[in-house]
Amino acid sequence: MNTATNMQTQPTALSISPRLAKNVSRNIKERIIELILMLAALSAVFTTFAIVAILLYESLGFFKVVSLVEFFTSTQWTPLFEDAHYGIMPLVSGTLTTSAVALAVAIPVGTIGAIYLSEFASHKAREIVKPMLELLVGVPTIAFGYFALLFVTPLLQKVFPGLPGFNMLSAGIVMGVMIVPYIASVAEDAMRAVPMSMREGSYAMGATRFQTAIRVVTPAAVSGIVAAYILAISRAVGETMVVAVAAGQQPTLTFNPMDGAATITAYIVQVAMGDLPHGSIGYQSIFAAGLVLFALTLGFNVIGHIVRKKFREQY
Amino acid sequence: MTTETLKTKASVLENLVAVRAMIRRHKRNDVIFAAIGLIALMLGLLTLLTLFIDLVMDGYSRFNLEFFSNFPSRRAANAGLLSAWVGSVLVMTVTFLTAVPMGVAAGLYLEEYAPKNWFSDLIEINVSNLAGVPSIIYGLLALGLFVYGLGLGESILTAGLTLGLLTLPVVIVSTREAIRGIPVAIREAAYAVGATKWQVVKDHVVKYSQGGILTGVIIGMSRAIGETAPIITIGALTFIAFLPPTPVTEVAPFINFEWLSSGFTVLPIQMFNWLSRPDHAFHTNAAATGAIIIVVTLLMNGTAIYLRYQIRKNIKW
Repeated sequence: MNTATNMQTQPTALSISPRLAKNVSRNIKERIIELILMLAALSAVFTTFAIVAILLYESLGFFKVVSLVEFFTSTQWTPLFEDAHYGIMPLVSGTLTTSAVALAVAIPVGTIGAIYLSEFASHKAREIVKPMLELLVGVPTIAFGYFALLFVTPLLQKVFPGLPGFNMLSAGIVMGVMIVPYIASVAEDAMRAVPMSMREGSYAMGATRFQTAIRVVTPAAVSGIVAAYILAISRAVGETMVVAVAAGQQPTLTFNPMDGAATITAYIVQVAMGDLPHGSIGYQSIFAAGLVLFALTLGFNVIGHIVRKKFREQY
Repeated sequence: MTTETLKTKASVLENLVAVRAMIRRHKRNDVIFAAIGLIALMLGLLTLLTLFIDLVMDGYSRFNLEFFSNFPSRRAANAGLLSAWVGSVLVMTVTFLTAVPMGVAAGLYLEEYAPKNWFSDLIEINVSNLAGVPSIIYGLLALGLFVYGLGLGESILTAGLTLGLLTLPVVIVSTREAIRGIPVAIREAAYAVGATKWQVVKDHVVKYSQGGILTGVIIGMSRAIGETAPIITIGALTFIAFLPPTPVTEVAPFINFEWLSSGFTVLPIQMFNWLSRPDHAFHTNAAATGAIIIVVTLLMNGTAIYLRYQIRKNIKW
């Protein structure tokens, strides 16, 4: 605006009309602002590329020393020991086991919760319950780690006397409770998208709410519900603090939830806590582990989105 | 009446009884399922309540002023949170200053400016993808890029930027949702009186969506304040018994940026540190810290939810 008034008072040699000059300066300003906003939006693209680049770059150094065959077939993961083995499988098994326990808790509870929210709850009940679920999502995971280690584990030890202090069962259960709101809200969205006419048709035939929910709404929303499960797996796989605190630090190739074992995320935390020199094989190993984790979560996220998009029924 | 009609009448009655029993059974199923559903949803809340009570019971002996004014110490009873809460405040300042302007700008671009083409799709896919990336991956990014790549070290600046990137998708998504609620008519009215695009955006779009944006910012910040994994990954799990240089000085130019490159610790890191020690006395400190973090995040989330509720109630286009 200021430049515009300046131009008005001092006409240039070419004598552009003040009105045109004002328009030009306005246009330039508009362009610059749009450019700045676009750069901000591009930061998201930049972040993704930076993540991939850093993970690949540091992993490349790792895979110069370790062959891919050893990485995927060796059953021991001991990069920091004299006798170093670099098999990612023990970390993957720990990750999958804790995630499986978490899903075993979260899927039934989350699905039932979603059906309740979508088909049974009154408007008022929903308005109260949904914000509470949001509150649960906001609780820092480190607090859940404390809870798993010092509350749930001692409780479980009363049921299973032989349970070690660090075990995947307790970490998985707590993680499952953490994921419930996530499954519930994504699955509920899918169910609410089912058109009212389908429910009304079912009610008209004399079906009850429960029958309608189970036999009409759930099958109609199944793609969205499955997508919720898949996205939840991705959450469980990437969860860090609960497993780092409560599931143990020892990479062990086991699928028994009663054992303690390190997950990929727990390993990264464990190494980062120590003081590893930059560029050492141990330092690079966390990026290789991170790459596997990134690939796993990205894979689940992509599949989840495809399922949700592709199989969404058109009514 | 013949026996025939009597028989049919009896069987109809019998049928009626059976049908009524069935209806009763099915209605009972409805009630039972509703109860189970409510319990399933309450499970999480019950866990949260148990967790909070557990933390307060374990840590209540540490709730005193000294806990906030002491540095961490090797003696559990003397250890305090001073460096941790100061660190959290400073790190959050950096996070706020990076995530909010960038996130709001990106949200504005995507909603108001972006043309419908592959380029905008690319940005959108990236934003939704970033929201699903585990936080520890951001830590690895920061370790490779900020700590070693740019040589920022294990500093407040590194931590703030890392959490800023982590919060960015939350701010972008909430900004977009807030903007989407504004009717086109508002924009058209502004254009009709000769406003430029930026004037429309600045004076109308941002103004009417600021409540929604604020809600998203608070939720994003509350998530960042409790984030532990990325901060550990950048190597910040060290014994910090000093405060960073103060941002405000007594001599001109009254402000210095040395604190940005200072070592630090934050609340969740301090909690993890105490929790991972075998000595049970430190677990008391961890519990007290956990209770404090939960109160802070719940207050922030509660404020955000209340704010959103108020906005929804008061909106009248």
